[in-house]
Amino acid sequence: MPTFVKRIVGAVVIILLLYFVYMMMSEEGLFGFGIGAYPADVLMLIFVNIILAVSLNLINGFTGQFSIGHAGFMAIGAYTSAYTTVYHGQHLERWLAASIGETPAIAIVFLIAILVGALAAATMGLIVGIPSLRLRGDYLAIVTLGFAEIIRIVILNIDVVGGATGFSVPGYSNFIWVGGFAIITIIVIRNIVRSDMGRALISIREDELASEAMGINTTRYKVIAFVISSSFAGVAGVLFAHYKKFLHTNDFQFIRSFEVIIMIVLGGMGSITGSILGAIVITVLPELLRQLPTINLFGSTVNFADLRLVIYALLLIGIILTRPQGVLGHHEFGLNWLKRAQKRPEGDEPIGASKGVPIAERDAPTADSAKEAKNQ
Amino acid sequence: MLVLENVSVNYGAIEALTSISMRVEKGEVVTLIGANGAGKTTTLRTITGLLEPREGRVTFEGEEIGGKPTHKLVARGISMSPEGRGVFANLTVRENLQMGAYLKKNKREIAKDMERAFTMFPRLKERESQKAGTLSGGEQQMLAIGRALMSRPRLLLLDEPSLGLAPLVVHTIFEAIDEIRSEGTTILLVEQNAHAALKHSDRAYVLETGQIVMEGPSKDLAADPRIKEAYLGE
Repeated sequence: MPTFVKRIVGAVVIILLLYFVYMMMSEEGLFGFGIGAYPADVLMLIFVNIILAVSLNLINGFTGQFSIGHAGFMAIGAYTSAYTTVYHGQHLERWLAASIGETPAIAIVFLIAILVGALAAATMGLIVGIPSLRLRGDYLAIVTLGFAEIIRIVILNIDVVGGATGFSVPGYSNFIWVGGFAIITIIVIRNIVRSDMGRALISIREDELASEAMGINTTRYKVIAFVISSSFAGVAGVLFAHYKKFLHTNDFQFIRSFEVIIMIVLGGMGSITGSILGAIVITVLPELLRQLPTINLFGSTVNFADLRLVIYALLLIGIILTRPQGVLGHHEFGLNWLKRAQKRPEGDEPIGASKGVPIAERDAPTADSAKEAKNQ
Repeated sequence: MLVLENVSVNYGAIEALTSISMRVEKGEVVTLIGANGAGKTTTLRTITGLLEPREGRVTFEGEEIGGKPTHKLVARGISMSPEGRGVFANLTVRENLQMGAYLKKNKREIAKDMERAFTMFPRLKERESQKAGTLSGGEQQMLAIGRALMSRPRLLLLDEPSLGLAPLVVHTIFEAIDEIRSEGTTILLVEQNAHAALKHSDRAYVLETGQIVMEGPSKDLAADPRIKEAYLGE
């Protein structure tokens, strides 16, 4: 089958699948089967988190720059788009609905809102990224951490978007939007990673100086990756805001950024499928904990869901001790290994089956090689 | 080809290089030797734009390159094998070599250059699809040099290629340097291993506490009693 036919078939299948799940999520369901409001809620959150985790992985996992302010960019996207839909969107929606009907009018307004959120987050990414990514090292972590908190406090003090009382937002978002954008995010990030630019990003992660010596403008690539990552966080914010219908800055506290980091550390820094896995696990885990009965600990009643931060920490320590590269490491989970296994010609030597190095040529361990060995 | 004129470099208030002048002519192998802390790496960092000279000029083929960003050098025809090799540990040998040709667009030329690297270092061919981090130190050095050659540089900068390698591997590396020179690439070799560096180069500069204390044809320096005593241990 030619590639473009495959792609069209793939796209149609995905759209049908999204539509199917969307129908299942409504109250009456499909053919009498619905999945209920609570599981539907969790499912929506999973896909918002997939967008966040996959996009954060581009900068943290593939480029090797540590950003810990994803919630800040999400907040930017959420609030700018909410401002757009609340103060300008409903007006535009009524005007459009008169000529083209209500559903397409909402779609157009929401698309504009998504664009506004993505652009606003990308602009902030640029402003934050340029000064901090010119330097090597951990400056980005410090700056993004501060940035996310500053943004939250600033929004908390803007009365047009509700300030501390919160902000009511029209509920434009549904599963087709969230699922669709999650898939778009995955495809875009995957294509970036596989392109020439992706190789440049990975080389920056591996050795920034050497990458510079290959002729790669490392600052430029780092900033581009960071801006793309931020803009997707913005999109996630838009989808989240218009699904929750009520925004409060408490949704964008440091813990939110931290959750996304745990998702990618758990799944594997540098693995897109790993981020998806991480997003699913970290979204579902607190919900499962909620099902557990409360226990009596040292005389006080303890709910496991309240302990989720402790459990995240334990999870993180466990991963770092047993599998520091994450569940999938740099690998992608897919069906390709099946194809590869079939294709391997007979008698083809597996990698590493060569004669090996004569002892005389083996090196004494140096500080360098010890470091490298540790990094494996 | 490469000229440094009265270059002084500071780390804050501390002067690391004091008015050093040196030149590398087309087709030469020039070596810069000196003890730890003499300023060898500082010199190379100044040439590659990681440090900005406080005074003096660095020119390549008549154009000033002092203080220009490192990534612009490759397009000008300068390629570097960094100290500590700097291979991309999680990429395969083949991918590392491809990164060396990052700015090249001609696929056929890249394939040809890759074959050349494999001919120069057959060991790399054996390890082609292995991750670079799993190679031995010597193999990583071969890869770093092979990768630096992928951009077809006119000037190759080698920073301590023999660092931490077994004598036999050091021999292989220097043989490769001879081969690269015979193909017409100019080389600036920064080395601690004065013995091997002087044997495989045309001219040499000796750095001591940020100043060039001696220069001349490598043969003469190798025979100089002061060099013999201080650097060759004879």
